Amino acid sequence: MDLITVREIRVPRTRDELVFDEGFQPLGGGTWLYSEEQPGLTGLVDLMAMGWPPLTVTDEGLEIAATCTLAQLLAFDAPPEWTAWPLVDQCVNSLLASFKIWNLATVGGNICTSLPAGAMTALLVGLDGTAQIWGSPDRTVPVIDFVTGDRTNVLEHGEVLRSLHIPLSSLTARTGFRRIALSPLGRTGTLVTARTTPHGLAFGITGGTVRPHTSTDNGDWFTDAHGAADWRQAMSELFVSELTEELA
Amino acid sequence: MRFTVDGTPVEATPRPGQVLRSLLRENDHFAVKKGCDAGDCGACSVIVDGEPVHSCIYPAHRLEGVAVTTAAGLGSVEHPHPVQQAFVDAAGFQCGFCTAGMVVTASTLSPGDDLAVKLKGNLCRCTGYRSIEDAICGVVNTSASSEAGASSKAPAGMRVVTGSEPYTLDLATTSLLHLAVLGSPHSHARIQSISVERALGLEGVHAVLTHLDSPDVLFSTARHELRTDDPDDTRVLDPVLRFQGQRVAAVVADSVAIAELALDLIDVEYEILPAVFDPEQARSAGAPLVHGDKGPESRIDEPQRNVLAQLHGEMGSVAEGLAAADAVVTGTWTTQRVSHVALETHATRGWLDEHGGLVLRTSSQVPYLVRDELAHIFSLDPARMRVFTARVGGGFGGKQEILTEDLVTLAVLKTGRAVQYEFTREDEFTIAPTRHPSRVTVTLGATADGVLTAMQVDELLDTGAYGNHGIGVMFHGVGESLSVYRCANKRVDAESVYTNNLPSGAFRGYGLGQVIFAVESAMDDLARELGIDPFELRRRNVIVPGDPIVVTEADEEHDLLYGSYGLDQCLSLVQEALVPTDGPVGWVTGQGMALAMIASMPPRGHFAETVITVADDGYFDLRVGTAEFGNGTTTVHAQLAATALGVPADRIRILQSDTATGTYDTGAFGSAGVVVAGKAVFAAATALAEKIAASGSLVGLSATGRHDGTPRSIAFNVHGFSVAVNPATGEVRILQSVQAADAGTVMNPEQLRGQIEGGTAQAIGSALYEQLTLDEGRVTTRALRNYHVPQFADVPRTTVLFADTHDDLGPLGAKSMSEAPYNPVAPALANAIRDALGVRPRDLPMSRDRLWRLASS
Repeated sequence: MDLITVREIRVPRTRDELVFDEGFQPLGGGTWLYSEEQPGLTGLVDLMAMGWPPLTVTDEGLEIAATCTLAQLLAFDAPPEWTAWPLVDQCVNSLLASFKIWNLATVGGNICTSLPAGAMTALLVGLDGTAQIWGSPDRTVPVIDFVTGDRTNVLEHGEVLRSLHIPLSSLTARTGFRRIALSPLGRTGTLVTARTTPHGLAFGITGGTVRPHTSTDNGDWFTDAHGAADWRQAMSELFVSELTEELA
Repeated sequence: MRFTVDGTPVEATPRPGQVLRSLLRENDHFAVKKGCDAGDCGACSVIVDGEPVHSCIYPAHRLEGVAVTTAAGLGSVEHPHPVQQAFVDAAGFQCGFCTAGMVVTASTLSPGDDLAVKLKGNLCRCTGYRSIEDAICGVVNTSASSEAGASSKAPAGMRVVTGSEPYTLDLATTSLLHLAVLGSPHSHARIQSISVERALGLEGVHAVLTHLDSPDVLFSTARHELRTDDPDDTRVLDPVLRFQGQRVAAVVADSVAIAELALDLIDVEYEILPAVFDPEQARSAGAPLVHGDKGPESRIDEPQRNVLAQLHGEMGSVAEGLAAADAVVTGTWTTQRVSHVALETHATRGWLDEHGGLVLRTSSQVPYLVRDELAHIFSLDPARMRVFTARVGGGFGGKQEILTEDLVTLAVLKTGRAVQYEFTREDEFTIAPTRHPSRVTVTLGATADGVLTAMQVDELLDTGAYGNHGIGVMFHGVGESLSVYRCANKRVDAESVYTNNLPSGAFRGYGLGQVIFAVESAMDDLARELGIDPFELRRRNVIVPGDPIVVTEADEEHDLLYGSYGLDQCLSLVQEALVPTDGPVGWVTGQGMALAMIASMPPRGHFAETVITVADDGYFDLRVGTAEFGNGTTTVHAQLAATALGVPADRIRILQSDTATGTYDTGAFGSAGVVVAGKAVFAAATALAEKIAASGSLVGLSATGRHDGTPRSIAFNVHGFSVAVNPATGEVRILQSVQAADAGTVMNPEQLRGQIEGGTAQAIGSALYEQLTLDEGRVTTRALRNYHVPQFADVPRTTVLFADTHDDLGPLGAKSMSEAPYNPVAPALANAIRDALGVRPRDLPMSRDRLWRLASS
């Protein structure tokens, strides 16, 4: 929808031009920002012209630009030794939105929106990803700590999520995935990922809690239009036990 | 910036924050629809440089140099894209408002694509998706014949699929003003003071309307043939606010954005009043009164008890009937608030004609009734008013209301300018009336051989802050749901109660679905208790020709007749079709059925006049008053006229739903489009054929047909399900879905199949998924992403079977079949889930979390 309070859109091409006045926010694909009224939003700084390479393979793993679209991520031809890669497809398909949205929506935008059901939050939490934040100074935050609540995260005004990093050890791990919603393709009620590590299984739990967790033993279960708290907790516990068996 | 739309260069300067959808429509590209404006529904889908996107969330500042393709760019009426041709041939649409976006999306698919996944971003509220799948797979469901009884194509089909059929707002109007509404932040309050000076000072604002501008006339947003059927409890703008979101004031400005920005500049002081949200509390002593200020002229039954309407009636003695019973079952069931989610939101554009007469182009099921009530409210001469609809993008009862027309009238009269008021999707969820939430207690008694000895029903409806349809919905709800059963002892207690929740209104089935859910669930319990097959239990108790059709009063209905009877066939058709099916490992399976009866048209008069004229160009001009909103009546009217005249349907030109044609019609509700207006059409066309035969010439001939909506017949539906349920998660998988319908002689089998599939899909939404929730009067489900209407993935194929009957009353033996298919679905599904789980679900929706809890208990 038209954002009627927005008075200016900036399209920077260099980091120096990334300047945020009061009331300004970074713009990724726009698929969430333009989907609701945004009271108080007076300006947008469009990151899409920054020209960040969407996906960069390094010795340490994979760097995903915040502006990488879901369609670009899906289309990436991952090396066969990246056994965790099916999780990408599973998480992108967990998005409530359709493939038409994938053409615009970005990995960083999904995480910065910080909805409990954020499918890219689930992916990056599941793969122990970290977030590189441009600010003064720059900083790196584990994605599990990046999202702090329903629609809240660690970004300060003026900071920008630059990229996400997935370590090679995660990409070459074995993974498991479970998800349930109140309807076959509905918004996530709970999403549980599992990943093999030298120290045992690492779980990622999103969707049913206001922020990501690694264990079902937490007090963040909530009730909304996408499921009751008790059901979300029970389904998560069921999935953890199923995945434990599956990856044993 | 420059870009192209459908190959044509466009030069535009988008506003900061503007999206592609609104920019396209501002440039008169009306193939792009607004269904949600939030990226959820897909009605605005376009292709940008080869990639399909939702234009309502596509930032317009990125358009430099791109090529945009809309449905109109894919093909035209003369040269359609193959996908567009396929949608016409498959009858892959009903109202067609989603179709342009659906066609755009479909044009980007590849063979082998999983349609459930690929179409999850394209919502259709009418069809149930089977015909859309057929279209994409190249299945042809229509025939070239235009005889009644053939699966003729909808006359507007090719325009719908190419995006060229104009809907309500699909026309250019110069110097149009826009209206935005300030909604009440309180559930119950009185406006102490209101100052509009700051708002008026904003550049581009032309007027601010408050209760001081409103006519002091009480009316009802609900519309019926008799205006006294509904309570006069509403003002255009009222100093007392009775639900959150109720109009406080309206701004008329150069743009929607300016009007909305001006809302923040209206200064209001409220006196907050106590509010009540639970209908049981509302009718209890000491509750805050919602309409305590109203007198007898408002026709509210007991305003001092918040009771809008009540019915307490008994036939025979339920106490004696229960005493004589070998088995007694009892239970309480609840149904939730449901939103219609017609893809086209409510909208009206109004202006003054060259003689100063008021003209309204509106998304309504009842243009004549809207005209007459506006004349009443504003003291206007109906002869100097014109109210008309273009093709309406879905209704389901939600547009049998005045929700936008009155404010537009006030704004046009105040400013003298053309003014538009368009609901947002959030408005649809927060201020448009919903289905009535209900609580129904049923007690049944029967002998050991399964003969009913007593039926008792106690219903409580939450009609919300304004009464509108709350009287009719209550009376109708306890009507055919009970009169379908032959039982000497029946008792009904029903009350429709005001609260400070948003108003409830007319919704497909008009109250029947709520009561049928409870009664048919109780009948299922009774069958279990007695060890009698549920089909057989129905056979032993349903009325058959010769039985009186009564709820509790022997003479309550004077004109309801057995024009035909196919309930026995429907029961057998479904019973024979249902076969036991295995579910996944670890899941439990079950079967269930339910029946529903409905009168073929509304009571107390439904009038239609039609005129058919031989035009100079050799066509036949058929003027009808009723509206097309996806019900397919236009197709059937063309078939009826063509059949009577012995000409192809493409020789019939239909001019409809416009008070300027002068052919009155009560409106498109109560499933009256075929049996009332259609009967009038057939009478007119038959009379014209006789005149042609008598005169041997065509020149200047014309004939009129009328129908007054009485006597009425009865129609039947039986639904059966086979399901699997996962007790560990609450998931339900529908393994088989069968519905048999007794619609008399079927006028258009493909369209009727579509109505039944669409009603089934909408009812599956109500049964499993949809729920509009409120928290202390505030709606919390305010967008489609938080209110789950069925997607392609959610709707199973339903086998549709027709009883072989011929109705003595309907046109060519036809009966109505628009609302009815919805009614048996939820109880049939609940009965199947009960059969599988061994525990009965009593509350809608039967969501996964609830069923999991039920299975775990």
